[in-house]
Amino acid sequence: MTLTLDAPRIVKTAPLVQIRGVNKSYGSVVALRDVAATVYPGEVLGIVGESGSGKSTLLRMMNLEETPDAGSYTLDLPDLDGNLFDLDRFARRMLCATRIGIVYQNPHLGLLMRHSSSGNVAERLLVAGERRFAVLREKAREALAASEFPLERLDAPPIELSGGMQQRVQLAKAIALEPALLLLDEPTTGLDVSVQALVLDTLKRLQRDRHITMVIVSHDLGVIRTLADRVMVMRRGEVVEVGLADQIFQDPQHPYTQQLVHAKL
Amino acid sequence: MTLASLTKPWAPMSYGFLDASAKRELRRKMIKAVCVPGCQMPYASREVPMARGWGTGGLQVSLTLIHPQMRVKVIDQGADDSVNAASIRRFLARVSGAPATLDTLEADLIQSRHRIPEEILREDQVLVLQVPNPEPLRSVQPNMSIARQMHGDADYGRMWLQLYEQIVRSGRVMQGASYPSMVNGRHVMTPSPIPRWDVPKLHMAQHLTILSAGREKRIFAVPPYTRVEPLVFDDVPYRVEEHGGLTCYRSGAKGFFMNEIPQGDGSSAYEVSDSEYGVKAIRTRDGEAIETGETWYKNGEMPQ
Amino acid sequence: MTPVLDIRGLSKGFTMHHLGQGFAAFSDISFAVNAGEFVLLKGANGAGKSTLLRTLYRSYLPQAGQVLFQSAHGPIDLARAADIDITYLRQTEIGFVTQFLVARPRVSAEALVAEPLRLAGMAEPEALDTARHWLQTFGVKDTLWPAYPTTFSGGEQQKVNLARALIRPHKLLLLDEPTASLDANARAALVRRLADLKAQGTAMIGVFHHPGDVEHLIDRVIDLTPNAPLQEERQDVAV
Repeated sequence: MTLTLDAPRIVKTAPLVQIRGVNKSYGSVVALRDVAATVYPGEVLGIVGESGSGKSTLLRMMNLEETPDAGSYTLDLPDLDGNLFDLDRFARRMLCATRIGIVYQNPHLGLLMRHSSSGNVAERLLVAGERRFAVLREKAREALAASEFPLERLDAPPIELSGGMQQRVQLAKAIALEPALLLLDEPTTGLDVSVQALVLDTLKRLQRDRHITMVIVSHDLGVIRTLADRVMVMRRGEVVEVGLADQIFQDPQHPYTQQLVHAKL
Repeated sequence: MTLASLTKPWAPMSYGFLDASAKRELRRKMIKAVCVPGCQMPYASREVPMARGWGTGGLQVSLTLIHPQMRVKVIDQGADDSVNAASIRRFLARVSGAPATLDTLEADLIQSRHRIPEEILREDQVLVLQVPNPEPLRSVQPNMSIARQMHGDADYGRMWLQLYEQIVRSGRVMQGASYPSMVNGRHVMTPSPIPRWDVPKLHMAQHLTILSAGREKRIFAVPPYTRVEPLVFDDVPYRVEEHGGLTCYRSGAKGFFMNEIPQGDGSSAYEVSDSEYGVKAIRTRDGEAIETGETWYKNGEMPQ
Repeated sequence: MTPVLDIRGLSKGFTMHHLGQGFAAFSDISFAVNAGEFVLLKGANGAGKSTLLRTLYRSYLPQAGQVLFQSAHGPIDLARAADIDITYLRQTEIGFVTQFLVARPRVSAEALVAEPLRLAGMAEPEALDTARHWLQTFGVKDTLWPAYPTTFSGGEQQKVNLARALIRPHKLLLLDEPTASLDANARAALVRRLADLKAQGTAMIGVFHHPGDVEHLIDRVIDLTPNAPLQEERQDVAV
């Protein structure tokens, strides 16, 4: 028994991300059922849920890596109208390369492990059409510095780096073009606790200094609590609860959220 | 009317070795390749009496284009007299009755492995290049299906990244032969393993170049007057091999692409790689009235 | 004068699904707070003092009633406002001072304190200067400013927390036992800061273990003990 919330009245800016009615099945397995999500500019949305809840699938859809069976996805950006799921492969690729950044849990998915770290970052700029070597180098260096990567290892291949450093390279690559939307898929899972803290701090710093809109998926509630303004709880492909981060953690409404919050804390 | 008047007499093989349907397919694919410069067209590479990888792609194109009046020149790494060049030249002449020549100026059709002659080719000449690996994206994308999509999307970021990596690691672009080049501003091609020296010759050339890979079953083309631009960063200029200052020890020709010949004392001698050009230089020096064509490179430099 | 905050019939209870039961924290609470007014919440343990503060801040979702807040953008019902509006108001107009610092690893005390100003768009050097001023005011030694508060004692952490929470003025300030574990100097600094803010027109609702600390600031006392008369005059503060 709670009150139904009003539509925003003070904040007049349109949401950056709007996802509506997304459904996806793999054979008889329902991955997402009627999922909706809204993210405002500068906001950090956390998505929590156990494995198989559909949270990573949803994130991959936001990166246009997968197409749903039904549903719409819009980004409120200049020169970008309509349902992004309807874009052709070429338009998708350009959009992902220039406006959306992603950091995967597994660095192998996001990085060329044997290329140089700076090259991994420079690739983004190359795809966007930069053809000056000196500029590529400088911008790669800047992005790596912003994600607090040690610059003396600028040209070391990720395969020679620690997990935390690999995530920084991914992050640098993701933010090199100042994306409108940064997607993070379990960015700290599998890292040592101390390294985890460093990566989280870097993310927090980016959020503060650049006001990047982020969507972060994690099963680690500590990560979500540290970063997210709002939290979306997913279970078996459905959104069971959405709310302010502190409300979700302190006053969870749905039985599943209560179970999740109490189990993890 | 007799049966004999309606049919051709029996012959042990078709004119030019390939049967009519094979030639027709090759003609169609060549036209397609000319229409979309630099784009690889698949074709059903036929068996020819030569092992795959020895120029079967180029040979099929030559066999399709050849006719009895066409003068044929075949070179291998610039030389007319290598075993491979000689046997292909003899084969072409034998199955078509076409006259063979060593002179670039005289030739109507030039089949070449890994070089473009030093004398400028004309509009009425066709250059056929033998290609081992037609896919420039192979080194960055082993999955050929995805590579084709990348060509479709003009998604060449990885090619550029490869150059970036070479500069970062070695201080310069290490790509020697097969330097990836953008054709007509759209498709990146690998210009067969011709040296960097030869790539600028393709840019806005008067002649038609057809590149054919027999083992990989791909044809692509650079039509006359088509832009061919090596992939280079705006601030890292394209550089050809530093042969501009070298002199051929046999002919005295200077400022052309050279073969390096190691000497017993550890030094190197150089001889001009385009063997017929070297022959012409020697004969001119010896006082013969030999016609030598204009060369692409002048004093070791390619005029802009 | 329109009150800054007008609470009408506010109720909050919790449903514990795994126990299959619910319980009410408070129900049908109504009172209003004017600009520059300081309201003290009182009541026995479990009467719902902290719960009320958190409900007003929307860390808890109210179940019934209205919380009309006069924001700079016009009146808005905090009980039903969209999450994004609440986030915006928290950044600009509504502050919450708790007993505990949420320290983050590898973030220095001064950076942590400066963060609200940075989020509001202030340049880093200026924000850090202001942060250092407030750290000093609350008695944090300057050697600790660039250190990480995760390693601080409870008292020092609380000072950092206060500096952070009070660094920028708000229209409405919710105070949840901010004096707990503070030494006398810091407590005095806090009271001075609260008095300043009050004079600037900040409406405050507070829960204090030892209301004596802030006695002279209190305008009104509201007793949340069930069946207690809802409002008392300031003179009757049970110290």
